[in-house]
Amino acid sequence: MVVNCAEVWQQISNYLDGDLSAELRQAIENHVRGCKHCTAVLEGTRNVVRLYGDDRVIELPANFTQKWQQRLPLFIPSKGTAYGWLVAVAALAIVSGTFALGKATTSTVQALRSQHSEQAQKIPAAMMVEVAADGKTFHVPGCKFIHQSSDKVRLIAAADAMRAGYVPCVRCLREYLRR
Amino acid sequence: MLSLSTAPSAIPPPQNQREAALIRRTLQGDRDAFTELVKPYERRVYAAALALLRNEADAEDIAQEAIVKAFTHLHQFRAEAKFSTWLIQITINQARMRQRKNHANLYDSLDDTHDGEEDYVPREFADWRETPPETLERKEIRALLAQALASLGEKYRSVFVLRDIEQLSIEETAKALAISVANVKTRLLRARLMLRDILAPALRDGWPGHVPFQKGEKPW
Repeated sequence: MVVNCAEVWQQISNYLDGDLSAELRQAIENHVRGCKHCTAVLEGTRNVVRLYGDDRVIELPANFTQKWQQRLPLFIPSKGTAYGWLVAVAALAIVSGTFALGKATTSTVQALRSQHSEQAQKIPAAMMVEVAADGKTFHVPGCKFIHQSSDKVRLIAAADAMRAGYVPCVRCLREYLRR
Repeated sequence: MLSLSTAPSAIPPPQNQREAALIRRTLQGDRDAFTELVKPYERRVYAAALALLRNEADAEDIAQEAIVKAFTHLHQFRAEAKFSTWLIQITINQARMRQRKNHANLYDSLDDTHDGEEDYVPREFADWRETPPETLERKEIRALLAQALASLGEKYRSVFVLRDIEQLSIEETAKALAISVANVKTRLLRARLMLRDILAPALRDGWPGHVPFQKGEKPW
């Protein structure tokens, strides 16, 4: 098998990646040995691959580590559930100073959807909670008592849930209910 | 929608004991363990973001987001995959979402069309002898490489970065970019040859003595 320069160039990448038949590989080596141009191209390309493969090529922006460390949520998600980060998001929202609870509970609240639960008293307005379209209560995300006859479960702020007449789940939100 | 699957499976036997232990510790609430886990891959995360987003500020932002996302979704990591691969995949997904948001791909499309155009022919036959890796300690060499890389069109740059900087396999690169294996190979060849054309004259003596030739200007 004999190959010309153009054929060598077309196969250089595959050659460097070891992705060629033994026959073609041999043919390329035979050609390159006697061809100055192809030697230059092959060695140069090898240099490219080798140099860019070095970790030092890419420089990280300043303070890269500190920046993402600061962006990590406060709570570590627990294994097997996806709501740890939601709690964190909610916590962050609270920390960042949303205290609209008083207003949320006193202003235009729809009629309660259920009389079987107590009305929310101390639930942080910005806490994200889950509601089902056909349910009556709102839940901490992941609560297994959520009404799931439909898949219309939404994640909304507690204040909005209360405004829409949802009442807190007595299981997952017990700590927020009046004793 | 949220995935609330509660599969209480223990983490399968790890390929890499050290990383598996760090993952366990992170999930138990040890934030320092997460830093230790991610630190060796920070550069690769950033490079992956940079592969798809030309803008350094965007790339940094996406890289940061990807790491935070890896943290919040760490419980979903399955040890059949390598942690680094998983982390890079998250980064690529985030970067692609950002691209769509920026509509950058309207102008610089990553899709499978317009490939296999005319074959790329080397333009430069300078005899570039081996450049020792120690030269990378030199800032101007790194800058030269970064500049050369940035000059490639996005479809070549992304393939090159994932394959030759991230060291993904051809198949992994194809999957990450949602293009065919054949396209990865074509673009990779072209990217490598173009970089060689740019760098050979500058690094032929292992030294950026002269400025690489300007586009369209033949040095011979």
